[in-house]
Amino acid sequence: MTRPNTYRSGPDERGHFGIYGGRFVAETLMPLILEVEKAYKEAKADPAFEGEIRQQLKQYVGRPNPLYYAERLTEMLGGAKIYFKREELNHTGAHKINNCIGQILLARRMGKKRIIAETGAGQHGVATATVCALYDMPCVIYMGETDIARQQPNVFRMKLLGAEVVPVTSGARTLKDAMNEALRDWVTNVADTYYLIGTAAGPHPYPAMVRDFQSVIGDEVRTQMQELEGRLPDSLVACVGGGSNAIGLFHPFLDEPTVKMVAVEAAGHGIDKGPLAHAASITGGRPGVLHGNRTYLLQDEDGQILEGHSISAGLDYPGVGPEHSWLHDIGRVEYVSATDQETLDAFQLCARTEGIIPALESAHALAEIVKRAPKLPKDHLMVLCLSGRGDKDIFSVAEHLGVKL
Amino acid sequence: MSTESGRIAKRFAALKAEGRAGLVTFITAGDPDLETCRALLDGLPAAGADLIELGLPFSDPMADGPAIQAASLRALHAGTTARKTLDLVRGFRTKDADTPVILMGYYNPIHAYGVDRFLADAVAAGVDGLIIVDLPPEEDEELCIPALKAGVNFIRLATPTTDEKRLPAVLQNTSGFVYYVSIAGITGTASADNAAVAGAVDRLKSHTDLPVAVGFGIKTPEQAANIARVADAAVVGSAIVTRIADGLDAAGKARPGLVEDVLGFVRDLAAGVRRARG
Repeated sequence: MTRPNTYRSGPDERGHFGIYGGRFVAETLMPLILEVEKAYKEAKADPAFEGEIRQQLKQYVGRPNPLYYAERLTEMLGGAKIYFKREELNHTGAHKINNCIGQILLARRMGKKRIIAETGAGQHGVATATVCALYDMPCVIYMGETDIARQQPNVFRMKLLGAEVVPVTSGARTLKDAMNEALRDWVTNVADTYYLIGTAAGPHPYPAMVRDFQSVIGDEVRTQMQELEGRLPDSLVACVGGGSNAIGLFHPFLDEPTVKMVAVEAAGHGIDKGPLAHAASITGGRPGVLHGNRTYLLQDEDGQILEGHSISAGLDYPGVGPEHSWLHDIGRVEYVSATDQETLDAFQLCARTEGIIPALESAHALAEIVKRAPKLPKDHLMVLCLSGRGDKDIFSVAEHLGVKL
Repeated sequence: MSTESGRIAKRFAALKAEGRAGLVTFITAGDPDLETCRALLDGLPAAGADLIELGLPFSDPMADGPAIQAASLRALHAGTTARKTLDLVRGFRTKDADTPVILMGYYNPIHAYGVDRFLADAVAAGVDGLIIVDLPPEEDEELCIPALKAGVNFIRLATPTTDEKRLPAVLQNTSGFVYYVSIAGITGTASADNAAVAGAVDRLKSHTDLPVAVGFGIKTPEQAANIARVADAAVVGSAIVTRIADGLDAAGKARPGLVEDVLGFVRDLAAGVRRARG
């Protein structure tokens, strides 16, 4: 494979990152997808749109959030100098809000009157319900019944924010089924509804658009690292479900050859424990077409989509953003995985050494740091995207640790 | 066999000669089990189905309503695969050489099978056309163009959201017939207004010489008759599939009489379609 001049020019006009991406949607949706693409292209060229996003990210979300030197963890691991990008300090407690601010402003520009979204762990649902409250738009969140049962606090948050939470009873009743149901709603309510997708996946232009809105993470890291250390970081580590926090951190650095990037998928009970035991689409899946794009998927021989497993509801999705599939194939980003157990250990370690309770999603990236940092020199600058806070996870962690709350 | 002279073209020519519209029936391959499905398939032509759409089951049918979602899951639980779906068609062809069979579904099972291998096996089994919901004209190189080259019709969906500007692109590589989706929505839910359907069919006819079949939301012989007055064929799917679901026992097994009941319903639909222009 020839090395491209830049890793940052994708996707092409038809939404392809190499062979991945595309627009695999029903004809009813196709005109809408083209409308979103056109509206986003125009908005991107309008300084007023960018100004409005910047203003809201500062005043409402609380950006920039810190690039924090995790000194105790660094000492304990005895190797690389570890920084946390503190996305968990954003309003609503995760990186998801960055994308929601951008997309709700786009929906308003397009004159849409109603917002729908899917959610797994509930973080994207909460962020969507939040911006809908802020901009006074009716909001319907699709959430699998299984996820509703294991994420009760977020369900109540969404309702407090005025959203309607629709339980999804099809399939395994998790994130992929919620996405199917959101697509069914969209196809039925094409005229007035905007689908606010929560990750860098789906039909073009969503993967590129969500990446652009999340790239504020990497842009800030670049500036902050320059201020703190006077140079670029040496490595970046982030968790990947759909992959929006990872692509947001990585994208601004893709053309910096000295910056190594590591994405951590959910290995669940272990990738060697069979196709239903994990949610690692790239490490343990193969390319296919689902939810509007070609990408790595968990699927059986017959092309039927499999239900992934992860301790983290936010990573429990059988696909991954198409740009990640491409970055994997060309070798620019290394894709690894962390098991449920490694994640639980890292979760507790972070709480005790840094006084930060991370989201279980982010704890997957922490688990990789625990493995990697000790082998690296002390002047190696490593950045971890602490994508969300773990308050939502304390009940499921307690259960796994055998603690009754 | 070329797509212009195949079974679909012949069947629509015969319908035109008879001066009536056709009935297109949809069932999912392997629903509720392979044996019952085989009996249904074999009985459909005599019950009055002019063309047969056979659903290629998929775990994530995001353009389908609850009835066809459930049918797809029943079929998968019964062990149906793309290969077994083609086996069903092959078996049907030993008994019926003329009724067109169109596979309808989503792209990933074909992607996993391998496009070229799938098309070769589909042609050999006697498949006449494909309707693949998640392949719009923007992705024609994936399957549509290879299918046409292999002599398999690629039938495109046109919808209420397909405007004048977009229609030529949608029709460009369409062959066999055009499937007009009469509502913006999923299968088996709302029904369209007759006048709106008539207007849409006229609009399509001004852009193409291909026959126009209309589907989504046709549940009764009366509704089928209304569509048959304005279109070249009426497609009934969810209502038939619901009849199959109604014939299952608590454990999901086919009760005796299921096949006869479903075929009886198809006979009623066919009678509706046949008397429409009488």
